[in-house]
Amino acid sequence: MDLNYTPEQLAFREEVREFLREHLPADISERVKAGLGVRAEDYRRWQRILFERGWGAPTWPKEFGGTGWDPVRVHIFEEELALAGAPKPVPFGLRMVGPVIIEFGTPEQQKRFLPRILRGEDWWCQGYSEPGAGSDLASLKTRAERHGDHYIVNGQKTWNTSGHYANWIFCLVRTDPNAPKPQQGISFLLIDMSTPGITVRPIRTLDGAHEVNEVWFENVKVPVENRIGEENKGWTYAKFLLSHERTSIAGIGSSKRELQRLKSIARQEMKNGRPLLEDPLFAARVAQVEIDLMALEITALRALAAAAENRAPGPEASILKIKGTEIQQTLSELLMHAVGQYALPFERHSPEENDFKSVAGPEYAAPLAGTYCNLRKVTIYGGSNEIQRNIIAQTILGL
Amino acid sequence: MDFTFTDEQQLLADTVQRFVREHYSFETRREIAASEHGWSPALWQELANLGLTALNVPQEHGGLGAGPVETMLVMNAFGEALLLEPYLEAAVLAPALLQALGDAKVASELLPAIASGERIVIVAHQEPQTRGELNMVTTRAEKNGDGYVLQGKKSVIMHASAAHEFLLTARTSGKATDAAGVRVFRVPSDAAGLTINSYRTLDGRRAADLELDRVRLPSESLIGADSDTLAALETAHHISLSALCAEAVGIMKAVNAATIEYTKNRKQFGQPLSRFQVLQHRMVDMFIHAEQALSMSYLAAIKCQDPDINERRRALSAAKVVIGRAGRFIGQQAIQLHGGMGMTDELIVSHYFKRLTAIELTWGDTDFHLQQFAGLG
Ligand SMILES: Cc1cc2nc3c(=O)[nH]c(=O)nc-3n(C[C@H](O)[C@H](O)[C@H](O)COP(=O)(O)OP(=O)(O)OC[C@H]3O[C@@H](n4cnc5c(N)ncnc54)[C@H](O)[C@@H]3O)c2cc1C
Repeated sequence: MDLNYTPEQLAFREEVREFLREHLPADISERVKAGLGVRAEDYRRWQRILFERGWGAPTWPKEFGGTGWDPVRVHIFEEELALAGAPKPVPFGLRMVGPVIIEFGTPEQQKRFLPRILRGEDWWCQGYSEPGAGSDLASLKTRAERHGDHYIVNGQKTWNTSGHYANWIFCLVRTDPNAPKPQQGISFLLIDMSTPGITVRPIRTLDGAHEVNEVWFENVKVPVENRIGEENKGWTYAKFLLSHERTSIAGIGSSKRELQRLKSIARQEMKNGRPLLEDPLFAARVAQVEIDLMALEITALRALAAAAENRAPGPEASILKIKGTEIQQTLSELLMHAVGQYALPFERHSPEENDFKSVAGPEYAAPLAGTYCNLRKVTIYGGSNEIQRNIIAQTILGL
Repeated sequence: MDFTFTDEQQLLADTVQRFVREHYSFETRREIAASEHGWSPALWQELANLGLTALNVPQEHGGLGAGPVETMLVMNAFGEALLLEPYLEAAVLAPALLQALGDAKVASELLPAIASGERIVIVAHQEPQTRGELNMVTTRAEKNGDGYVLQGKKSVIMHASAAHEFLLTARTSGKATDAAGVRVFRVPSDAAGLTINSYRTLDGRRAADLELDRVRLPSESLIGADSDTLAALETAHHISLSALCAEAVGIMKAVNAATIEYTKNRKQFGQPLSRFQVLQHRMVDMFIHAEQALSMSYLAAIKCQDPDINERRRALSAAKVVIGRAGRFIGQQAIQLHGGMGMTDELIVSHYFKRLTAIELTWGDTDFHLQQFAGLG
């Protein structure tokens, strides 16, 4: 047993740090560190910078323009980026549809789509959920009917993150309504968002943000060549994708950054004439979340080690989503409580719409309540935490 | 021991609940929230017509002279409705402070106008470093000839922009945390040198920071010449904390009902969500939290005027702790059990969640009251 990085891994970490010192734009990292959210244009700008360095797709194999890194290097890379205040990459292209295209796509699809994801030219979004199909995703109803070399798609997707920036959407659609099991009649389609018949409507969330959308399909023509893999086998590709989604959701690096921010704010806030961080009760709450984060990190490293040896992920991998999201929520709760009544002044939590300059109180207080509200989502999406527990119960504990 | 309400109390509860259900739908509330001032003076007048603004004003000043139990019942209904109007601040806290200060002249001037709903009086006490500590006052009042000059800052004063005047605390002597030297002044909202910076709050209301830059006041602005001002402030806050707890209890009941209803109707995996045992148990825990909160809200109402100050402090801090924790759990789980729908601005659940969050942060958060309680022995 050895919990330390090898000298090569340490040298790599230094290389990443040096790159970040030189190339991470300060205006972007300042926004990230202050919790103001990232603007769409900044995501694109940062992806181009990574691409130019050859680090556009840390999890992809080399032959597709990725880095070919092993899981430990990917982890080091992601952690350093998060700590430095780099935007968390938009997952839909790089972490979701990209790996699916690499694994199951045709050479034409790979040539057509992968380089554009790498360079940040295409913005993808995920069309899985529907009003009637959330946790029970396989019950989805959006219909695709084959007409010669096209599908005609009709239906509605919802909770679609950043569809208003996206030019492509990957969708699960029903191609065989009569299949014996709901999982069997589903196909995986790549759809150009500019195709006639697609309407994107905003959904306002509790924090006032416009982050998610409804997407309506009315007789949308999709070429058959935009299907991934075989017809009616979409569920297999969807499940492959979800497993990629879950491992990237733990957010250890960004939670470490938030912990630093929490401590920094609690040092500036005063309680009874002393810094809040010296208040025994508050200090204990901060300590508790820091300890939880340590436990999560080592659990994540165990999962990484298993992945690096190509062993099937052990039980520890399934825990990451649950604990990682709970820690994110706890941190946002403590951050909000740290600023007392100045958590109350409120502006919509929307990076495109404001920079939180006009609210009262210390500047660092302005986005905290909005973030607390916004992060309620992390235990709901990516397979809700209840669903994760069901998975652990069934597949790990054999219950 | 008696946990029943009198016929009059029950009638009051029913009347107010019927009123808000008929006149304060979620849609109406949304329109009011989006309006310029964020509250409805017309609706305020209707509350006055029902006698509600007079509830906490003594009979000799044109009020109904009701007590904390009546206020609790009214606040339960206002919680369910997520009322945006400044009831807690202008119809509970302000009259409570005026009575506690015991300045007969000012009371007879202001209380009748508060009772009739004509005058919105807002207590401006909180400062950037207050964090629940009532004695933390840095705003200064310097004697100047015949009057006073005020200098300082008040922070996150709810409904400040609705005020005709403020009951504003300032120090005539002592340093930031001294108990002595804190006094209450009447400050008109249009006083020269007073700047009111308004903004929206998390729970869809309005608040403001007040800047006082050489605000000149005549000597009669000082209220309650001989009273112990800090004790009066604490008394008024205890009565108001009890009302705040009751509001939270009203919300918890409503949000729990909404969650049960939603999970019975929403189907996934071919069955209603309410059939999943883990969600049943979650809703049971939400229910237990709400019941504990209700019990502590009763305790707060019964004890908030107790002459034994230690007894009173223990009860109010304990109530705020139980209610803060319950509100947090219930609000978070209500969203969780609604899934994506819980995250939307469209459903009332997220608005209940935000108000519960704001309540926890008001007049000392859960940790603050936990420490207060621990310190009382
Ligand atoms: C901010 C946000 C962004 C999102 N972005 C996207 C996106 O880009 N693309 C996309 O396709 N989807 C997206 N989603 C959708 C997300 O995946 C779904 O919200 C999620 O799958 C839950 O579905 P639901 O909202 O319908 O809730 P429901 O499935 O109705 O669940 C409601 C509650 O019931 C619980 N529950 C359900 N079934 C069970 C069970 N069997 N046992 C125990 N408990 C159960 C759930 O855990 C939850 O607490 C997003 C959601 C949010 C909130």
